Amino acid sequence: MLRLRNLTRSFGARLLLDRLALDLAAGERVALLGRSGSGKTTLLRCLSGLDPLPEGCKLQAPGNLAMVFQEPRLLPWKPVWQNVALGLAGSDARMRAEAALAEVGLAGRAEDFPITLSGGEAQRVALARALVRGPSLLLMDEPFAAIDALTRLQMHGLMERLWQSHATTTLLVTHDVDEALTLADRALVLAEGRICLDLPIPLSRPREAGTQDFAVLRRRLLEALGVGDGEG
Amino acid sequence: MTAAPASPALRMNRLISPLVLLACWQAASSAGVLPARILTSPWAVLQAGWALAATGALGHHLLVSLARVVVGLAIGGSLGVAFALLAGLSRRGEAIIDAPLQMLRTLPFVGLVPLFILWFGIGETPKIALVALGSLFPIYLTLFGGIRGVDRKLVEAATIFGLGRFAIIRHVILPGALPAALVGLRYAMGIAWLSLVVAEQINAGAGIGYLIADARDFLRTDIIVVGLAMYALLGLAGDALVRVLERRVMRTRPGLIAS
Ligand SMILES: Nc1ncnc2c1ncn2[C@@H]1O[C@H](COP(=O)(O)OP(=O)(O)OP(=O)(O)O)[C@@H](O)[C@H]1O
Ligand SMILES: [Mg+2]
Repeated sequence: MLRLRNLTRSFGARLLLDRLALDLAAGERVALLGRSGSGKTTLLRCLSGLDPLPEGCKLQAPGNLAMVFQEPRLLPWKPVWQNVALGLAGSDARMRAEAALAEVGLAGRAEDFPITLSGGEAQRVALARALVRGPSLLLMDEPFAAIDALTRLQMHGLMERLWQSHATTTLLVTHDVDEALTLADRALVLAEGRICLDLPIPLSRPREAGTQDFAVLRRRLLEALGVGDGEG
Repeated sequence: MTAAPASPALRMNRLISPLVLLACWQAASSAGVLPARILTSPWAVLQAGWALAATGALGHHLLVSLARVVVGLAIGGSLGVAFALLAGLSRRGEAIIDAPLQMLRTLPFVGLVPLFILWFGIGETPKIALVALGSLFPIYLTLFGGIRGVDRKLVEAATIFGLGRFAIIRHVILPGALPAALVGLRYAMGIAWLSLVVAEQINAGAGIGYLIADARDFLRTDIIVVGLAMYALLGLAGDALVRVLERRVMRTRPGLIAS
């Protein structure tokens, strides 16, 4: 599905990604964690084709990928539904956009302009914009970071439903260890330019944060992130 | 967002000092301190304006001047937009277009009047050409800057969502550059009026400039003031028009102040 080899990226003297390799199986949902500035966004930019691939790097990725950026990146001059329908062809674009908006809990805001949305609402519009095109690869850069805890739970439910109906291969960047353990089949930790931990999450769904197995995995992730016990 | 509109009371306050000035002017004229040969009274100006309007002469000259500005602005604006698109959207276009335009810009363009008369004669062409030339630069400069200032992140998002080059120009770059271009339009209108005043000194047979020159020959300061007032009114009207446009555009924009 997605295959990346030998990605090296540096800014100035600083080596950010060091001969990085990454594989995603079809339908797999992978969480990517790492400290701030570890290069997660940079990795996504290379995967999405926004940044040119450096010499010697090999990438196979599907053409119809969608991305949720770390910021909403909505066009201020277009109403919400047109932002969601951006680049969609066909006369049913508006209907599809409104359906996607309803899924993220924003039915009825279709005609509003982005300036009238809260940060979390704008981010959900960005999510709808990615989902509406039924991508085979979904790259998400901390999509739920700006969303309140309750809505975030709803969004997690939405992602689960999405994955049940279309097995969308997903790479989800998050700072939230619990979010990774709740949503992903596998968690990767990026540090020093390499994937320093590749942790399968064999928990059955739906997942409970309180269980013993969850706590064990949680500790391993936190350790790899360099955070002591009990924090997070 | 936009500053809160001034309260009616504040707006009234702003009217007071111009009205007082006007009253002083009228008083000075009536008392004979200000002879009509220098400047006629506001009342006499109003009467002269009314008389000119009644014969249809004022309307005629106004339309002639307006047409020169509109045609000149349209030509200069179109060229400015075309140059800005070429230079703003491609590095090669910038290399070819920007340098000569920046050089021309430093030339005080009203200095070109003698050349324009040699090239275009003394008819409508040099007048329209001067207005066009004057309004070209502000449009070019602001739109070029606006295009280059469009948020890269929005362009990236549009790229990811499959928009082609032309769709990105249409849906992202041009709307993003619009506020800057409107500021340019306002500058351009100001310069267009200025160019018109200069251009209409070139042997005009009609238009507000002609009206003023003709009045000068007959020592009619009242008609001269009427002509000046017409220039001012047209300038204000143009400015108001762009402000309305700006307000509509800015309605949906975050963090931009409509001035
Ligand atoms: N275009 C660039 N030019 C110079 N430095 C850059 C550029 N892009 C990113 N960097 C640097 O690379 C480092 C990693 O950036 P990146 O955005 O990938 O981090 P991140 O892991 O996504 O962090 P966060 O969790 O805070 O989003 C940062 O130190 C950043 O300053
Ligand atoms: Mg980031």
